[in-house]
Amino acid sequence: MSESLRVKSSQYIDETTRVSFKFNGTTYYGFKGDTLASALLANNVHLVGRSFKYHRPRGIMTSGSEEPNAIVQINPNTNRTEPNVRATEVEIYEGMEASSQNCWPSVNFDIGGINNFLSPLFPAGFYYKTFMWPASFWEKYEYFIRHSAGLGKSPTSNDPDIYDHRNIHYDVLVVGAGISGILAAKNAAKNNYKTLLLDEKSELGGSTIYENNESNKIDNKISSEWLKKEIEELKNINNLEIKTRTSVAAYHQYNYLLARENFTDHLDKKDKTNKIRQRLLKIRAKKVILATGALERPMIFNNNDRPGIMLSSAIKKYSDFYGVACGRKIVFFTNNDSAYESALSLNDKGIKVEAVVDIRKQSETNLEKRVIDAGIKIHWEHTVVDTSGYKKLNNVSIMKLSNDGTSVTGNKISISCDCLGVAGGWTPAVHLYTQSGGKLAFDEDKKIFIPNKNNSDQISVGSCCGDFKLDEILKNLNEKLKVFLDITKTDFENITVHNDQEMSKRNIWLLPSDKALGKTKPFVDYQNDATAKDIKLALREGFRSIEHVKRYTTTGMGTDQGKLGNMHALGIIADTAGVKMGELGTTTFRPPYTPLTFGTIVGRNVGKFFDIFRRTPMNDWHVEQKAEFENVGQWKRAWYYPINGETMDQAVQRESKAARESSGILDASTLGKIDIQGSDASEFLNRVYTNAWSKLGIGKCRYGLMLNEDGMVYDDGVTTRLDENHYLMTTTTGGAANVLGKLEDYLQTEWPELDVYLTSVTDQFATASLCGPNSKKILKKIIPDLDLSDENFPHMSFKEAKIGSIVCRIMRISFTGEQSFEINVQASYGKDLWEKCIEAGKEFNITPYGTETMHLLRAEKGFIIVGQDTDGTMTPVDLQMDWIVSKKKYDFIGKRSLYRSDTMREDRKQLVGLLTDDPNVVLEEGAQIVSELNKKPVEMLGHVTSSYFSPNLNKSIALAVVRGGKDMMGKKLFIPMEDKTINVTVSNPVFFDQTNERLNA
Amino acid sequence: MFVINCPYCGERDQQEFKAGGEAHIERPKQPTELSDDEWAEYLFMRKNIKGVQYERWNHAHGCRKWFNMVRDTSNDEIKAIYKMGEKPPSI
Repeated sequence: MSESLRVKSSQYIDETTRVSFKFNGTTYYGFKGDTLASALLANNVHLVGRSFKYHRPRGIMTSGSEEPNAIVQINPNTNRTEPNVRATEVEIYEGMEASSQNCWPSVNFDIGGINNFLSPLFPAGFYYKTFMWPASFWEKYEYFIRHSAGLGKSPTSNDPDIYDHRNIHYDVLVVGAGISGILAAKNAAKNNYKTLLLDEKSELGGSTIYENNESNKIDNKISSEWLKKEIEELKNINNLEIKTRTSVAAYHQYNYLLARENFTDHLDKKDKTNKIRQRLLKIRAKKVILATGALERPMIFNNNDRPGIMLSSAIKKYSDFYGVACGRKIVFFTNNDSAYESALSLNDKGIKVEAVVDIRKQSETNLEKRVIDAGIKIHWEHTVVDTSGYKKLNNVSIMKLSNDGTSVTGNKISISCDCLGVAGGWTPAVHLYTQSGGKLAFDEDKKIFIPNKNNSDQISVGSCCGDFKLDEILKNLNEKLKVFLDITKTDFENITVHNDQEMSKRNIWLLPSDKALGKTKPFVDYQNDATAKDIKLALREGFRSIEHVKRYTTTGMGTDQGKLGNMHALGIIADTAGVKMGELGTTTFRPPYTPLTFGTIVGRNVGKFFDIFRRTPMNDWHVEQKAEFENVGQWKRAWYYPINGETMDQAVQRESKAARESSGILDASTLGKIDIQGSDASEFLNRVYTNAWSKLGIGKCRYGLMLNEDGMVYDDGVTTRLDENHYLMTTTTGGAANVLGKLEDYLQTEWPELDVYLTSVTDQFATASLCGPNSKKILKKIIPDLDLSDENFPHMSFKEAKIGSIVCRIMRISFTGEQSFEINVQASYGKDLWEKCIEAGKEFNITPYGTETMHLLRAEKGFIIVGQDTDGTMTPVDLQMDWIVSKKKYDFIGKRSLYRSDTMREDRKQLVGLLTDDPNVVLEEGAQIVSELNKKPVEMLGHVTSSYFSPNLNKSIALAVVRGGKDMMGKKLFIPMEDKTINVTVSNPVFFDQTNERLNA
Repeated sequence: MFVINCPYCGERDQQEFKAGGEAHIERPKQPTELSDDEWAEYLFMRKNIKGVQYERWNHAHGCRKWFNMVRDTSNDEIKAIYKMGEKPPSI
């Protein structure tokens, strides 16, 4: 085990609680409060992963959510495993295991590392260019590519954890609890705004909270001391809620934000159970204050990716917050003052800083003076040209920069070191701001994009809007808050701020080396191994738009979404193309800011809560009879009722025969039912159905076909006239809600003059459909005093009757071709009605049948099912249902479209029957139909829409749509299947009882 | 996710609503008098503007009323909401 690099006790780390954890199989120890990254660094473990393409060894680079390299698999091979977790964010707990990703067999010896030596063969777009030829080989290539790539493994068993969602509303939401966020939240809450303050970290205070040197002071106190007092005061404010370990994932329009609150990830294993792991907060805020801070940029130079090369600010945080030294001999490489703060901070803790390499010509702030006083050598106007050390940095080479910064001169100086802190300036974290629709402007002076224009009620404060110096931050914050919160003063109006740092910097997007660019590896996107060369190549090959360059080179497309390198990519593109920054577009930041678990996204909607389902009042009976169910829309419908281990086929054949030979009963409660009332109800039906309704007598029923305005069949069903101005419409089960919506639309927007009121009554009625030659006898037993004679109660008519004291509506209508009665009762009596029918039908062998038998029986009669035999491209004429289209009516929905040249074509697909030459062969629904087998290309005429073996006809029957099928009666067609060709003959789609004798039998 | 001010119910979350496409396309009173092209113009042609667009919306999971909205499609700013049959505001 390696030596410990703990340098100093830290107030944020509980050194009394030692935590053991495993990384790549080795046990290490850290302390409570450590992240995996800080604990590994304390154990001198820098090498934590391999890069995606070249499998180069990579180390921890940052201390936050922007981490591109230290991406690990947590708890591998368990059902709680999680891939792509940033070691810099995840806190360790007793018993935690983690492993490197994207390396095989191990992170120390990775076979894919050979790609690094072959890298001249892997330029941008390599996969696109190489594996395209021949096209048919792609499947073979893909297998190998997928196996050598891939980030992490998803769990293979159910997630045991509980996830939650919550909707919350606030007056002011503050995102980010650095110094700006804390002051903003405090002042909002103190001024009676109900305020929520969120931060992704475990502690409040951002980077100020561990500031411990003299260069930043407020009211003569070191800034961290001052801020701690402010944080202490937050506890006494009523209107303020604070959530830490809560990361905002998305910022949508109208101040709607999604945040993930993390409850248990940092807890010991034993404390995780029976608790909510993560909660998705759906936040609606009247005002939003973004205080998301800034991310330090790396610099782009040759071999800038070795383990041990880190952000200067990260090195500072590891030492000041976690008490961990990232190395024993540290060099800083910078283009601005912030590396000097890091250097001083380390020096104060006795960590050896070898040198500061600064690409600027000179700078003379107090910071530099103190660094020189500390005996640290500054190499002005120098740049790092190369680094060495395969698995851990051991040396950097520097050379003098030319005046224009495009080349290097003089002798190479070699500096031995084990850690290089890189400070390339700061990039405002504008991700959430741009997600909300905000536009950016480029600040030429600071070389950053800053918030410019947005629509929602929000402001950006602190470093995320480009204020980097403490005095500047607090002065601007004060002014902005007063305007935004509409208050006359803040509670920090009169503070004095001392700040040593100057913002002077020298920005060079791509630093030169003594080697030609082609011989170097200056990484821009660490995770996806995109280098400056790749970006330049993309531009040479003609890509211009940033979005295209990004996709071609995969820059910014890793799990870190390019938080570190995107600015450099834009800069290199602008420099190479000779345009201004942002002129070729900026990349779009899309949600989520950091990855979300699937658990967080679905919340409680798992298992039986995955989707809503509806059950009929008779459901319990079906369940008791061990019916199989099928989903129809949200309904659970009885599909068939197997007896004695019958297969579906056997059950359906038995049920179908029984329904025609004696009696069957179907639960039809799911059919959509719309109550239509008003003095214009008849006129309304005239307009929405293709046939005429004015003359329908009271107590009569009529089948109607409803079209879309484009003339295509939309829905069908029987409507009953209950009274002069009162109808009951039935719709298909799946179409009920949409039909109601469509009818409302026409009523409210096109025909507001009509006096019509629509009410959905689907759930209010339960329906049992009795059918078969003995149905009348059964009904007679239930309602003895109702006259069921064909004269009094003919087919397509309606009677209101009573079963005991229960009122029921009975429609004599038929979807099977048999004499049938649909009995509707108040839903709460549905099961009683059903059981009464079963009891009364016993002597007639009453057979409950499900949806499958219903489909078979109606197919024997050639009745269509909208959505099965139609698909939104069938007109009534295509369905050979011309008889239902009124020629006399001036208008109805879709009428005009029936006379469009396209809908009048003779060779449209039309509904026909198909009979197989071998009556035992049942066609597959969806099978393609052709007329000639040898003509190539084979011409598809249509397809089979419904197909069954009919037990009543003792042969196979099918419905199909066939181009020009109407005129093909008796014609032989072919259905080529995988292993055989089936010969069929076009027939009348009505197979059974073509004269409808059975309706009155 | 918008906050939509239903003219009948007040401010509600977008998930209660359904968008219904371009507004003020009146169904022809005498469809049979129209040529195929004229009918196709009504049936199929929509402007799909980037910028200020007049739209129909329905408070589907609320009062079920249809109403009109003026929305800038480039930034989703809702500029006006008015009832069916009311004169569209000029924006």
